[in-house]
Amino acid sequence: MVITRRNPVISALFLILNFFCLAGLYLTLHAQFIAVIQVLVYAGAIMVLFLFVIMLLNLGDEERLKEKLSFKRIFAAGLSFGLLLELVYIAGFIDVPMPAGDFSKGVEIGTVEYIGKELFTTYLFPFEITSVLLLAAMVGAVVLAKRKMD
Amino acid sequence: MMTIQAYLLLSAITFILGVIGVLTRRNAIIVFMSIELMLNSVNLSLVAFSAYLGDVRGQMLVFFVMTVAAAEAAVGLAIIIALFRNKRTVNLDEINILKW
Repeated sequence: MVITRRNPVISALFLILNFFCLAGLYLTLHAQFIAVIQVLVYAGAIMVLFLFVIMLLNLGDEERLKEKLSFKRIFAAGLSFGLLLELVYIAGFIDVPMPAGDFSKGVEIGTVEYIGKELFTTYLFPFEITSVLLLAAMVGAVVLAKRKMD
Repeated sequence: MMTIQAYLLLSAITFILGVIGVLTRRNAIIVFMSIELMLNSVNLSLVAFSAYLGDVRGQMLVFFVMTVAAAEAAVGLAIIIALFRNKRTVNLDEINILKW
């Protein structure tokens, strides 16, 4: 539904629905921290940004954006469908040698406490790097979206 | 009890929906949302493997992927705004200023 609607607002709302469903799936995998972050960051922050931009741009000229059904487009969809078949085949029907495991071990590693402990000990350096990344993205976004000074 | 194959199948299907969105739609914002869809499907498979193997590294990676996705969304939407300001369109077929 995200990719078939013509109106981007409806598309974005379906994407939010998708994010909430994913958060529920994370909960079934005992990943509480990731589920909470999913709702906060994706469904909260990123989608607000999307909706804000969609409404800021005020895309009234939707008719000019009419999607033409060209050969290129059908070819692209067919190619993606082939990739889907391959992925489904690999994921579902091949006996990939995988380390044995089950979902019961994941109960304790998904908690906020465990993840926080790991994040601030083993993964401290990447965590600090993300702050630099976020700062760079923030400055870049402001510079790009700013009107010209002259 | 769901098997890991179910999660991987759902992840593959969502990823391909994102690919189809990127390849066939011409609205820049919808293409962008499709990219988010793909990132999310990869996150799902990472969390599934992480829970399956009892390994916290997958969830760490998901955390960092989300950070990068947030940064990418901010910068990308700023680019779209700048493009819209110059060209008055978000149709990707009409945005060809990089073409020689």
